[in-house]
Amino acid sequence: MWAMAMKEFRQMFRDHRTLALMIVQPVVLLVVFGYAASFDVDHVDAVVLGPRAEQVAAALPEQLEVVRVAPDQGREDGVDALRDSEAVVAVVTAEGGQPQVLVDGANLFAARSVVTALRGRPELPEPEVLFNPELKTSTIMVPGLMGVVLVFVGTIATALGVVRERQSGTLEQLAVMPFRARDVLAGKLLPYLLVAAVDLVVIVIVGMLVFDVPFAGSPLVFALGALLFLFVTVGVGVLISTVSETQGQAIQLALLIMLPQILLSGLIFPLDAMPAGVAWIGYLLPLTYFIELARGVMVKGTPLDALLLPLGMLAVLGTVVFGLSIARFRRDLAPAGRRHRRRPATDADQDQAAPIRTGAK
Amino acid sequence: MSQDRAVWGCRGLGVRYGGAVALEDVTLEVPAGSVAAVVGGDGAGKTTLLRALAGAVRPAAGVVLRPDERRVGYVSAGPGVWADLTVDENLSFAGRAYGLPADALERRVTALLERTGLAAARDRLAGRLSGGMRQKLALAMAVLHEPDLLILDEPTTGVDPVSRAELWRLLASAAAGGAAVVVGTTYLDEAERAATVLVLDRGRALLAGTPDEVLAATPGVVVEGPAKPEGVASWPRGARWRAWSPDGPAPPGTSPVAPDLEDAVIVAQLRQALRRAA
Repeated sequence: MWAMAMKEFRQMFRDHRTLALMIVQPVVLLVVFGYAASFDVDHVDAVVLGPRAEQVAAALPEQLEVVRVAPDQGREDGVDALRDSEAVVAVVTAEGGQPQVLVDGANLFAARSVVTALRGRPELPEPEVLFNPELKTSTIMVPGLMGVVLVFVGTIATALGVVRERQSGTLEQLAVMPFRARDVLAGKLLPYLLVAAVDLVVIVIVGMLVFDVPFAGSPLVFALGALLFLFVTVGVGVLISTVSETQGQAIQLALLIMLPQILLSGLIFPLDAMPAGVAWIGYLLPLTYFIELARGVMVKGTPLDALLLPLGMLAVLGTVVFGLSIARFRRDLAPAGRRHRRRPATDADQDQAAPIRTGAK
Repeated sequence: MSQDRAVWGCRGLGVRYGGAVALEDVTLEVPAGSVAAVVGGDGAGKTTLLRALAGAVRPAAGVVLRPDERRVGYVSAGPGVWADLTVDENLSFAGRAYGLPADALERRVTALLERTGLAAARDRLAGRLSGGMRQKLALAMAVLHEPDLLILDEPTTGVDPVSRAELWRLLASAAAGGAAVVVGTTYLDEAERAATVLVLDRGRALLAGTPDEVLAATPGVVVEGPAKPEGVASWPRGARWRAWSPDGPAPPGTSPVAPDLEDAVIVAQLRQALRRAA
């Protein structure tokens, strides 16, 4: 028994990456989870509109943080403000009678806290919950879970697929075949992208049929967002594969990257409820923007012009991650630096120390 | 064949991994239609040389002469086949990678499956083939496009003697078809079948030439006896011992024998060690 335990200890200490993960991951999770795990939204953004907006805004409960007062606007502008995620609450005042209180039901936890807070205040009416009137959890979880599924397929499946070539020794074979690095990468990734796209369509259909999740917005905007998001997740997968020697290492790294995304993206815990020290990490994660986009398009019908920030962020993150991963992958695949040239088959290669020359023999 | 009289290989090749010298000043010239064997012990630099010839390693010094990458066939030291594809699918992938038209691919695949004896296993997953069959598949994939330069890294390691003979028959026929063939091997009996032999030791060329030239260049006398002789460098050969006497008479109880390639390589290594010690 001791011999076995000693052998295991030796192997464990020799695998520095696994050892670091075993020690660092629980600490990271504890800290992140400890700070992020909160459903309590203290402050909710509100816009106050209509002729008595100034007066009503001054009398709103402290929990509502007024971000805009517009006496010349009405209910339609209030709905737009919620649809475009400018605010969670829109208070629409009229010359006489009680104001209307509109709440964005797609922002579930904030909406719930507002509904609870306003209940029992005689000066304000019962809030009208838009987009998710029954405040159903599934309505906002399903679009978010789509992002998680895409992360799984995009990151883990891609990383495993590429590392499998390395681990089985066939990456070397590919390196000497007449492929350009980008052809290898594109050919390698295309099936994963297609499977992820099929996955996405299936989840949308199941979400709509089984969980009654609405699809209020433009499928094209959704498809654009999903494509950009896949671009990032697949790029992360390739990046992981370039620093992993084995499939086990790739899975460990992928999980290390995925767990914070699930916890800090607003999928479960609202970003508004997190302290700024943790929430900023969430704003660097691609899943955060995909969730914002998916919930916006599906639940609220948010138009393209109100989603330029998440789309732009996904494009930036995708470009950075994919650029890095391609650079690393190219280095792995084309050490002789001859992937960029295309010549007739009768030509000969002369690899020289420096510079590399090419010419007929 | 587009270049019947081409000579491929390398001149003055140097390769470094970080600060470590993997190859230094290695020259190998392989005319089209011939087989060259690269031999040496573990860590001698065989794989690095073959990878550099194939274009998988960037040289730090010297020149690599090889045809366009579409005219090179390579069997790496690893499995070299996709275990979760069938024999047919592996061949089809290789054919398409090298740009073979569909009809030519079909013709070549059928011919190679017959020649390698893999026809009955064409629908079997490569991962479920025996070691010998897998190596034959890797070789078939490498010669599918009838390359001008065929590079094989220890294709017969771990393969049974019958399959070894078949593999050599296949690569000899590739050479007969006009390819320049470079084979890395640790089996010196195999190297004797090659037209030229390059012996590597610690990344440097120890011996080079035809097998006869290498044997003829062996200095001193190789002797054989029933017991380990005293005072001279010796090595076991079957149940007997062989020894190298650089310039003196045969040790008592031994008699001179005609050295074979294995003896020549061992003697060269001993001589190198003596030089280094001096």
